[in-house]
Amino acid sequence: MILVVAEQRDGTLNRATWEAVVVAQQLAGDGGAVSVVVLGASVDGAAQELAAAGVGDVLVVSDPALELYTPDAYVIALARVIASTAPEIVVFAHTYQTRDFAPALATRLRAPLITDVTATADAGDGAIFTRPMFQGKLAAEVRPVGAGPRMVTIQIGAYRADQLHKGATPSPVTPVAVTIDRSAIRQEPEAPFQESKQAVDLSQATRIVAVGRGIKSQEHLPVAQALADAMGAELAASRPICDNGWLPMERQIGSSGQTVAPKLYVALGISGAIQHLVGMKGSRTIVAINKDADAPIFEVADFGVVGDLFEIVPAIVAELEKA
Amino acid sequence: MKIAVCIKQVPTREWQPRLRDDKTWIRDQDVSYEMNEPDAYALEEALRLREKHGGEVVVCSAGPVRVQQVLREALARGADRALHVEDDSLASADASVGAGALAGAMAGEQFDLVLTGLQSDDQGHGQTGVVLAELLSVPHSTIIMEILVQSPEGDAPSTGGASSRVRVKRELEGGWFQWLTMPLPALLTIQSGINQLRYATLRGIMAAKKKEIRKVPLAVGLMPSQQIVSLALPTRSKQTQMIAGSPSDAARELVRRLRDEARAL
Repeated sequence: MILVVAEQRDGTLNRATWEAVVVAQQLAGDGGAVSVVVLGASVDGAAQELAAAGVGDVLVVSDPALELYTPDAYVIALARVIASTAPEIVVFAHTYQTRDFAPALATRLRAPLITDVTATADAGDGAIFTRPMFQGKLAAEVRPVGAGPRMVTIQIGAYRADQLHKGATPSPVTPVAVTIDRSAIRQEPEAPFQESKQAVDLSQATRIVAVGRGIKSQEHLPVAQALADAMGAELAASRPICDNGWLPMERQIGSSGQTVAPKLYVALGISGAIQHLVGMKGSRTIVAINKDADAPIFEVADFGVVGDLFEIVPAIVAELEKA
Repeated sequence: MKIAVCIKQVPTREWQPRLRDDKTWIRDQDVSYEMNEPDAYALEEALRLREKHGGEVVVCSAGPVRVQQVLREALARGADRALHVEDDSLASADASVGAGALAGAMAGEQFDLVLTGLQSDDQGHGQTGVVLAELLSVPHSTIIMEILVQSPEGDAPSTGGASSRVRVKRELEGGWFQWLTMPLPALLTIQSGINQLRYATLRGIMAAKKKEIRKVPLAVGLMPSQQIVSLALPTRSKQTQMIAGSPSDAARELVRRLRDEARAL
């Protein structure tokens, strides 16, 4: 059996859960069983949504101690579920929440954990998983080693949720009784919050010009701004630029910032770390300008120019102003 | 407060990947190395906590002889001393072995707080910190953007003693955050951008030469949890049209295609 660990907050399923289910179905193959477990304090809605897809047994761990996520409670609860259901493979979406507890769960169960998986292959003697290494400059095929269930976290966006094979009938929902000793939960969580209402909603922008480390210093930002102005685009940035305070955090694209899918996305001096790519790879047309021909950004780009952005960008601005 | 910071030495961002003949690891001799960036932020945070609460900052790294370079750099930035688990096999170790090696080195030290970067820029498992917390049997939280050390009333804030707690701001996705509190000792993985990095001064570099880097043998019997079957350049998901030529030629061609083919302008 392949077990998917669903993710929910306030009863709403994280959409990446469906991508994890797609992987589980592929790993299970024809006739193989998939189960999905969802944890929380009141998760009936999420459980029903999972059951309605008819992809396999839905297991529900419901406990007041799981109302606000903590790594300790999740490790305790999932260790019990895995012990009682004995899955061959456990699949998670590679979210911040998974990253917070899955390595502890795997260590406690002495199970191998492979993170950020983008593809799976059957090697005959067990699955092999592909994952990025060296900031996406290389792709590694890795094999889990050791006993215990194999655990994998799936990179968000690596699989499409519409490849899900839905069942003809809803799946059964089964409560799983797990006793969680509250004194074993060491973290005291508070409610999640948003720092401020985002003043700039980049998700609504038609065109975006985004800058990365290649811009080198804050003084060079007008080079990018000129291109944005000439294209009628919003200016945005990768994380390091916002970390340095060169542009406000609200203009950050990526897993910790905004996710965008404009008509045109121009990446200037952005190498294309996966944390950035997840925020923009759905854009309709992507242009990458980078001095490094091997930069991962070119893997998602429709048009690429290798060279010095300080020469190329002003030339583009001049070209746009001609017409 | 006694704070440990785990630091990894990774290839520089400019490094162009070249593979070893067996294609299971990179050609080490071609690589120039630097401090893993998220770990640099963890170090900076530790130095700031020491400035506020007093105590000691100990940097820890597991790797071949060459990792002394980043330990020395951390000492130059202000860390007090270093632990180095030295073994050539650690160059390509996975998170289970890396965390096991660090846990072994930390066993006798009783740190109040252990900081790591949220992930490494080389293998990027994003596991070492959380595995280490489990091995050390301390609570943890990840992707931290702010750290407040709380001491019980009447207790000096510098003790970091058994009754002290830490309140941290954790980053969630899409602009959401969350505060949580846990007892010390604890382990936190640090998000890049939590602070502004300082760089080593000449005085710091001179002082670092006298600071201790203690070598610790690699614990025996650590088992990897994964094996690299092969490394390769990633396959492209799109057919990228590369536009060559002088800057003005490339610009003209790009604008033409964006207008006529992509209809994006």
